[in-house]
Amino acid sequence: MSILVDKHTKVLVQGFTGAQGTFHSEQSLVYGTAIVGGVTPGRGGQTHLGLPVFDTMDQAVTATKPDATVIYVPPAGAADAILEAISVEIPLIVCITEGIPVQDMLRVRSALDHSRSLLVGPNCPGVITPDACKIGIMPGPIHRRGSVGVVSRSGTLTYEAVAQTTVLGMGQSTSVGIGGDPIKGLDFIDVLERFLADSETQSIIMIGEIGGSSEIDAAQFLRDSKTKKPVVGLVAGITAPPGRRMGHAGAVISGGNDTAQAKIEALKSAGVHIAPTPADLGTTLQAALKG
Amino acid sequence: MNIHEYQAKELLRSYGVPTPQGIVVHSPDEARDAVRSLPKGLCVVKAQIHAGGRGAGHFKDHPDVRGVQRVHSPDEAKTAAYQMLDRTLITRQTGPKGRVVHKLYVEAGCNIERELYFSMLVDRALRRIVIVASQAGGMSIEDVAEKTPEKILTVSIDPQLGLADYQSRVLATHLGLQGGLINDFAKIVRSAYTAFISLDASMIETNPLVVTKEGTLLALDAKMSFDDNGLFRHRQLLELRDPNEEDPREQDAARFGLSYVSLDGTIGCMVNGAGLAMATMDIIHEEGESPANFLDVGGGASREKVSAAFRILLSDPEIEGVLVNIFGGIMRCDLIAGAVIDACKEVGLKVPLVVRLAGTRVEEGLSLLEKSGLNVSVATDLGDAARKIVAAVRSRRTA
Repeated sequence: MSILVDKHTKVLVQGFTGAQGTFHSEQSLVYGTAIVGGVTPGRGGQTHLGLPVFDTMDQAVTATKPDATVIYVPPAGAADAILEAISVEIPLIVCITEGIPVQDMLRVRSALDHSRSLLVGPNCPGVITPDACKIGIMPGPIHRRGSVGVVSRSGTLTYEAVAQTTVLGMGQSTSVGIGGDPIKGLDFIDVLERFLADSETQSIIMIGEIGGSSEIDAAQFLRDSKTKKPVVGLVAGITAPPGRRMGHAGAVISGGNDTAQAKIEALKSAGVHIAPTPADLGTTLQAALKG
Repeated sequence: MNIHEYQAKELLRSYGVPTPQGIVVHSPDEARDAVRSLPKGLCVVKAQIHAGGRGAGHFKDHPDVRGVQRVHSPDEAKTAAYQMLDRTLITRQTGPKGRVVHKLYVEAGCNIERELYFSMLVDRALRRIVIVASQAGGMSIEDVAEKTPEKILTVSIDPQLGLADYQSRVLATHLGLQGGLINDFAKIVRSAYTAFISLDASMIETNPLVVTKEGTLLALDAKMSFDDNGLFRHRQLLELRDPNEEDPREQDAARFGLSYVSLDGTIGCMVNGAGLAMATMDIIHEEGESPANFLDVGGGASREKVSAAFRILLSDPEIEGVLVNIFGGIMRCDLIAGAVIDACKEVGLKVPLVVRLAGTRVEEGLSLLEKSGLNVSVATDLGDAARKIVAAVRSRRTA
């Protein structure tokens, strides 16, 4: 098993016919993802990449019965696209878009809390279960099906973890980019919970960064879970100055326990093996597995 | 994005928040004229920089001169302005380097009965907008939260319901306000909330919000910042940007869609992805040197972007070496290598360069770099890259 997505997952694409939507849908199709169609308002009835295009999610869901949707809609319309997906009760919504206004996400978050949908992102690379389903913009070839669950706030650091575990022959069960925004869908705990319950996932790499308290909450969760699965952690931003936004909208030290040091301490005390640098994620996990 | 106090007050006033009458000035003569045109009596001259703690802060060469001064006549205002303009103000928020004061705000004084605190911000843990009110106005809210948390009351706003006025009345009574002041306070909260929502603000703070001896409420200080992600729908706010308050390299980078933050070290970094960019800074630190910057060229690092990034990096006189760390992913490494080579030739690289590439067509990329004739060292992974650039920088220092 894997988490969130497998080879049966049927995927819709919102913002299907745009440049991003087209490019990444092509890549996903090549990877073998079961994309069943897409939505671009005003382009309903057309065919794109050999698949049907719909004007609304309502029409798309009736026609294709998807399990998931991926959003490549630009920032001004992205929150609305998420709300539309929630309204038709899509089980899994993956939003790649970077730059959604925070206040839009506050409304989305509130709608999400009263819904049956899960949201991954926004501002994330997406979700992949190797050799089964790739939803998002991550490079397919660096992945290999295996036993490591990867969860990360950073796209390119996820790729580091994936590439290293592939080279070392461990591979990944599922890799989830939860995104760099302050207000988002699934957080570390939501994904860790699923990895702990998943029989294919035998170890976990979690990659955090400065800002917010998700890593501290995750440390508490892992301590309480008493899990035997080894967890390797990395927190980026030890050298980041307070008060400055480091690229990601959510990566800013704003006082209290949101520094890299505080998070590393919390994770260490919960038994997480901290990788000294991002170059050591794979080897740290290998050492942890040997005990 | 941050703005000045006088700009925040003008905005908030337009939404109905009462503030003292004031005039922004750029010279001692203008300061004198401003006091002449304001109502007779006490006036206050306030340095306008994007940092708090001005009242307690001091000027670099004049430790006894503060960033906020009370004046009683037009001539006193002129003297105060002379002491402040074009000089460096150091406060607890500016760091030891301080900030040069280019503008002053001259305001009518008032008779203060009590000082309160009121702010509004996005609480990322609660995933809501929260309103914070404190009985201890004029003090930093962090200090109050630590020493006397009982003086602070916070309420959160349901995004689906919006602000309810009863929430403001609860805050008002916590602040000890009575009679008509309760509704006056609720009106201020309503006005600030409307501004917050309408402008995609990320923070509004009035500290202090005062009760005057005449029994009115006035925002004596105001701070506002905006969600950068929301600026696309408020182009008018971009007019409020003050280039003097922003690092020139950061402004230059923003024009090319690059995310750049200046730091104090000497190794320039060019990376794709915010997390990897931070991790690259960290690993340089781990190897015993310091990063000169954070720079995320983004996922679609085009030739133009890479070239702009190099130019910006190398315009920092402190730079002793450059580390390029790209996890190509879907991007092709040979394209990136080509862009790096062109950029180096274009800007004339004089410091050591280490490049680490990973992802699609990495061999082709590395071989392009090796054949380029540039003084570039190629690294196999991030750890190797950090060690190589640190070694190169150190050997250059001793050479």
